[in-house]
Amino acid sequence: MDFEFLHHLSIGFGVALQWGNLFYCLIGVLLGTLIGVLPGIGPVATIAMLLPVTFGLSPTASLIMLAGIYYGAQYGGSTTSILVNIPGEASSVVTCLDGYQMARQGRAGPALATAAIGSFFAGCVATVAVAMFAPPLAEVALKFGPSEYFSLMVFGLVAAIVLAHGSLLKAIAMVLLGLLLGVVGTDANSGVQRFSYGVMELADGIGFIGVAMGLFGIAEIVSTLEAKGHREVFTSKVGHLMPSKEDFRRMWKPILRGTALGSALGILPGGGALIASFGAYALEKKASRYGRELGKGAIEGVAAPESANNAAAQTSFIPMLTLGIPSNVVMALMIGALMIQGIAPGPQVMTEMPELFWGLIASMWIGNLLLLVLNLPLIGMWIRMLAMPYRLLYPSILVFMAIGVYSLSNSPFDVLLMAIFGIFGVAFVKLECEPAPLVLGFILGPMMEENLRRALMISQGDPVVLFTKPISAGFLIAAIILLGIVLAPAIRRRREEVFVED
Amino acid sequence: MKIKNPKDFWAGLMFIVFGLFFVIEARNYQLGSAARMGPAYFPTLLGGLMAAVGGAVLFRSFVLKGGKVASFPLRLIFFITLSLLIFGYLLKPIGLILALLCLVVVSAFAGHEFRFKEALMLTFVLIVLSVLVFVKGLGLPFPLWPKVLG
Repeated sequence: MDFEFLHHLSIGFGVALQWGNLFYCLIGVLLGTLIGVLPGIGPVATIAMLLPVTFGLSPTASLIMLAGIYYGAQYGGSTTSILVNIPGEASSVVTCLDGYQMARQGRAGPALATAAIGSFFAGCVATVAVAMFAPPLAEVALKFGPSEYFSLMVFGLVAAIVLAHGSLLKAIAMVLLGLLLGVVGTDANSGVQRFSYGVMELADGIGFIGVAMGLFGIAEIVSTLEAKGHREVFTSKVGHLMPSKEDFRRMWKPILRGTALGSALGILPGGGALIASFGAYALEKKASRYGRELGKGAIEGVAAPESANNAAAQTSFIPMLTLGIPSNVVMALMIGALMIQGIAPGPQVMTEMPELFWGLIASMWIGNLLLLVLNLPLIGMWIRMLAMPYRLLYPSILVFMAIGVYSLSNSPFDVLLMAIFGIFGVAFVKLECEPAPLVLGFILGPMMEENLRRALMISQGDPVVLFTKPISAGFLIAAIILLGIVLAPAIRRRREEVFVED
Repeated sequence: MKIKNPKDFWAGLMFIVFGLFFVIEARNYQLGSAARMGPAYFPTLLGGLMAAVGGAVLFRSFVLKGGKVASFPLRLIFFITLSLLIFGYLLKPIGLILALLCLVVVSAFAGHEFRFKEALMLTFVLIVLSVLVFVKGLGLPFPLWPKVLG
């Protein structure tokens, strides 16, 4: 290992610290937080909405601003998850679990601070990690064949199943449903239109944002209204932000674990912030001494996934910039922005445009710093946006969701999708089927199909190939072990239940 | 046979129906073989798997006890869905301002404490905010008023 990464970082900071770029980073972070803090609007919708703002800037400035928007939105999103229990996008679902519980216990302040501290720490580490490992890791990822990708995705899905509350069987079925919904649209291989029944808007597949907003946002609104209870927004109880000594003692290990796992998972295409936060939560369940308290307002349940998704969000730029593969929807939007700027994403970006590549990386660290020093003091302002009574809040949420979804393709179709999946979402809640595994399956569906197809084509139809390649076999074995771990106590419990009934 | 867990029963049924739907509908496309997967291969595989898992859930509902399915909030869903669809499909013909008026008033009607005056105030605020932020600020290409007036 040479010290070339220091040279790279110095180029990057040279670019990122120029006044203009610093300014766009700041504006991005502030705008991102402002929009991202609105319930039901996550980083994806925020970036989609603000994308047009950046078109007039230079490629470097526009990417820096978009990255700022991304971090701001993610931070705003965790604020909303903690205070209102509405995840903006799938990767902040996990933060809702414990963050919201902490808020209910009057510990919203420490939860918010933990999210910010964890994210900042993860951002610092990930910046250095990216600078050190980007070139060699890009080479490793390049060596992944279709079998490895496929098995990796199987592993990711199993991790999502492990995370789901309640029935394992239903979680598996939800993943499968997600995968199936994901293949709707044009088949990449044959060009055949599948399950689209002549609906033009379905040619590119079912829109992810409409699905996610319907399943999480609309269903959440309906459930809250149905419960007749106003959705509690814990603004008055945020109180002091500073976590206690005990909090700090309990948070540093999860932050380290989350950062490490997130940095690693973020690099892998198909991974990113989503799998990282889910994975970190699952890891914390097993690794932490306080694993049993997760889901009931444990600080580990905020610290680990927030660190992990920030680390992964940062390192997920690597496959996007080096291979041109989006690891998640946000990266797909980034690729869109790059292409509008006339830059073809691919291996040449790092070598031909080092200022853009490393400037972007350095600006992420600066963006994280800005979030920490600006947003924690400004938290009062952000949460005032949430302090409305629910009867006023939910029509406002609907307005922003409807406008945001409509603006995706400037057509009513995505609004229709959101409404349909809102109804599905309510049904899933009633039947105790978790939507999170469905969403993950949905994103990975087309990629899994493509990689399975290629893997089996190479092996001439022999599925054993997935187990004969060492990396691929490793992922699959890890998935099986993970399933075994969860399944064992479940079987025991079921048997007890049956026993009790007899 | 008695259903002991209605939630599992309906969930299982739902998975079976969805799974079979994809399997049956996939027959319209080419299946191919493992080595040369056609467009129907992956959906058939997954659909079959899902129907099987759904079958297991269904079977379980006769064995393990579970809670009843809570009633479906039809009225709520109706108004929320209606408000979204009105907004989506009327935005272009009647403009953002009137579409937002419909969205806010109809959706506010879904709540259990509808206050007409307050709903109008809220509508006003949201319209001003949306026009300023989304149309003036972000330049989203929405018409503000119906074409006839514009």
